Amino acid sequence: MMRRAGFLTTLAALGLFASQTAQAAGDAHPIPSQEWSHSGLFGTFDQAQLQRGFTVYQNVCAGCHSLRLVAYRNLAAIGLTEDEIKAVAAEQEVDGEPDEDGEPTTRPAIPADRFVPPFPNEQAARAANGGSMPPDLSLMTKARIGGPDYLYALLVGYQDEAPEGVEMGEGMSYNIYYPGNQIAMAAPLAEGAVDYADGTEASVEQMAKDVTAFLSWAAEPELEDRKRMGVKVLLFLIVLTGLFYAVKKKVWADVH
Amino acid sequence: MADAAAAGGGAGHDEDVTRRDFLYIATGAFGVVGTAIALWPFVDSMNPSADTLALSTIEVDISGVEEGQSITVKWRGKPVFIRRRTQDEISEAESVALTELPDPQADEDRVQKAEWLIMVGVCTHLGCIPLGQKASDKKGDFGGWFCPCHGSHYDTSGRIRKGPAPENLPVPQYTFLDDTTVRIG
Amino acid sequence: MSNGNGQSGLVKWIDERLPVFTFMQHELNDYPTPKNLSYWWNFGSLAGFVLVVMIVTGIMLAMNYTPHVDYAFDSVERIMRDVNYGWLLRYIHMNGGSMFFIVVYIHIFRGLYYGSYKSPRELLWMLGVIILILMMATAFMGYVLPWGQMSFWGATVITNLFSAIPLIGEDVVTWLWGGFAVENPTLNRFYSLHYLFPFLIVGVVVLHMVALHTTKSNNPLGIDAKGPQDTIPFHPYYTMKDYFGIGVFLIFFAGFVFFAPNFFGEPDNYIEADPLVTPPHIVPEWYFLPYYAILRAFTEDYFLYVPISWLMSAKLAGVIAMFGSIFVLFALPWLDTSPVRSARFRPIYKQFFWLFLINCFILGVVGAKAPDDQVFTWFEGFQYVHLGQITTAYYFFHFLILFPLLGKLERPKPIPKSISEPVLPGGGTVAAGAAAKPMEKA
Repeated sequence: MMRRAGFLTTLAALGLFASQTAQAAGDAHPIPSQEWSHSGLFGTFDQAQLQRGFTVYQNVCAGCHSLRLVAYRNLAAIGLTEDEIKAVAAEQEVDGEPDEDGEPTTRPAIPADRFVPPFPNEQAARAANGGSMPPDLSLMTKARIGGPDYLYALLVGYQDEAPEGVEMGEGMSYNIYYPGNQIAMAAPLAEGAVDYADGTEASVEQMAKDVTAFLSWAAEPELEDRKRMGVKVLLFLIVLTGLFYAVKKKVWADVH
Repeated sequence: MADAAAAGGGAGHDEDVTRRDFLYIATGAFGVVGTAIALWPFVDSMNPSADTLALSTIEVDISGVEEGQSITVKWRGKPVFIRRRTQDEISEAESVALTELPDPQADEDRVQKAEWLIMVGVCTHLGCIPLGQKASDKKGDFGGWFCPCHGSHYDTSGRIRKGPAPENLPVPQYTFLDDTTVRIG
Repeated sequence: MSNGNGQSGLVKWIDERLPVFTFMQHELNDYPTPKNLSYWWNFGSLAGFVLVVMIVTGIMLAMNYTPHVDYAFDSVERIMRDVNYGWLLRYIHMNGGSMFFIVVYIHIFRGLYYGSYKSPRELLWMLGVIILILMMATAFMGYVLPWGQMSFWGATVITNLFSAIPLIGEDVVTWLWGGFAVENPTLNRFYSLHYLFPFLIVGVVVLHMVALHTTKSNNPLGIDAKGPQDTIPFHPYYTMKDYFGIGVFLIFFAGFVFFAPNFFGEPDNYIEADPLVTPPHIVPEWYFLPYYAILRAFTEDYFLYVPISWLMSAKLAGVIAMFGSIFVLFALPWLDTSPVRSARFRPIYKQFFWLFLINCFILGVVGAKAPDDQVFTWFEGFQYVHLGQITTAYYFFHFLILFPLLGKLERPKPIPKSISEPVLPGGGTVAAGAAAKPMEKA
């Protein structure tokens, strides 16, 4: 099993060693790569896509999956207005200060709060999901080999019927990209599962793409800043290093 | 790096020397400016972070506060006193002549709505929290707040009247979003 | 900025009482350095530069990190998301660890190639080995701090190594943990030590420098400087060369920080530690992979362990071999019996040097693989555990047998008389200019 995605795939790609592809015991399909607006040296997120992806998250994923590291205020970065953010936050209740009698209270969430998880604790999450724990999605694209490509593949990789001779566990679904092929999450996306505000047709592929882009942003909100700064830093360093080289050459010119 | 110019050595005609000096100075300048810019992220990381800034404004629901009652809310790590003043307190605060005040300020300059007095509840002397929020608290000689640490007396407008504190209790920036909600900060 | 005798009054006043300026002038400016050092000699100062970067970013990160099992993971994510430029500091520190090892490994292999460990530089070399060991301890504990899955399970596996110690092993492990598993006390002490160790490294680096300036720098020819005609002052020649090296290095470093910050990382470490679920395949960071391969090469049923099976368990043998693979470096100045330093004049050693480098590289690959994976698709039955045994055997063969033997058996090539007059008795001459730029020549 190949785990070290970056470093060793590179070695393998150099042809130094027999490459075993990133799959468990030959049962999961290789992950096809997708085009993402945020990949590459100058990649940026597509705000309209992020907003569509947020719609999918809210309407489809949020029922089971938390997004606990992202705050409602962060949604400003994908183009939501202050009032929209307040409204999104206010739909959820969080623990407030105890009242005068010491009784616990709740209050509506505010933009400064982080996304309120759908279940109060892991036990409740498992109980509601047939014993399985729906993982938090805040870092999902960084926490899986293949990143966004894997996530997209997983969302579109469901098959109605398991192949002949595969014994399916209770409540399991067959997914060609999931390691081991049996996944506890039922196919989450169905044609037209959400209504996009911008009128985009909500096909399964479209929704999978959008929600994956949204989760990529959730995992790496600094991505655009990082790349923008990186280009400037590299340009500066190249000039500076060139100057250093020139100085070094001049200084060394008289050494024989 | 400027040393390089001195120690570079080697003979050559003047033009060469000038060009070489320019190169050294340009490289030195680039290096120094680059280092200075690179230090900024380190300095800035010690400034308030995004989550801290997000809590630097709060919205307070004041619908439950009766006349003559006070509430205390925490804002930027400090208590903010919100008092719904009685008519008596308001008229008392408005009737004081400015000349009597150590830190002269008219009551109308300290409130947006006369009924609501909103101020940071930290004594301007040495940072204690004055008493006076609860009905049972000692309110000092002027019926407002009293700092137990060194005996500063504040009036019903939160102005210093007696004791060591040099200034009135500060009024934070706030706006009434509607009749029952006020945003502080 | 003390420039010879052009000192200001204040500088003079201080210097007469505390000769820091004379010292700096002497050790940083005038320090006579062989004039033929190649770019491979850049990596020492580069390592010092990375150490400073790591300490500075580390201090900034520590201001925002919470060493508690309930908050550690989230506090790191808060640094990434909410602290101003926190992502930058964290990615510099995270990739800086890998950069540090890249630079230091090149520095070490340079020393191996040019015989920089040989008399009179034995202590210089041994101090370097101590720095390496401290670096490894620091890196290991630092990796635990984000409290991801790899952090937790890496800590569990590595601390469990000590359970191989006979009789007191279990007690030692419990002591290391401060509990009965890797838990909050473990995280707390790792944080404390991770903060302390870099300053110990600074201390040993100072000693390393003192030893260097006492025995003077080695050089690609491996011969001593015979006089002023062989050396040049450190400043401006090598300061400028080092600046250029730092520039090139920063471009490489920035490429990772800004465009592939998780290239060296493990996706599993973005999942919070869960003491009840082990990731399917635990791998250490890349710079530990060769040692990890050596550790795993000792198993009950294979040849490496058979000769010592009457003496100890396979587990203990693996642990001893792993630590031995580093500690053997301490003995290297005495294991190598050759009178010649530089591999340039040691035709056979030169070939074994490259073989050793490749061997270390293969050990790294083995460390990353599951032991029973097939090495080649076309060669059934040859698993990584087998490859690991062969390469581990060679690793120790190289140090314990090859080095002592080669010094006696090998006939070195004729050695130049001095750095500035490399007239070879055999007839050929090496142009001094060319010798000064061996990289370009190669």
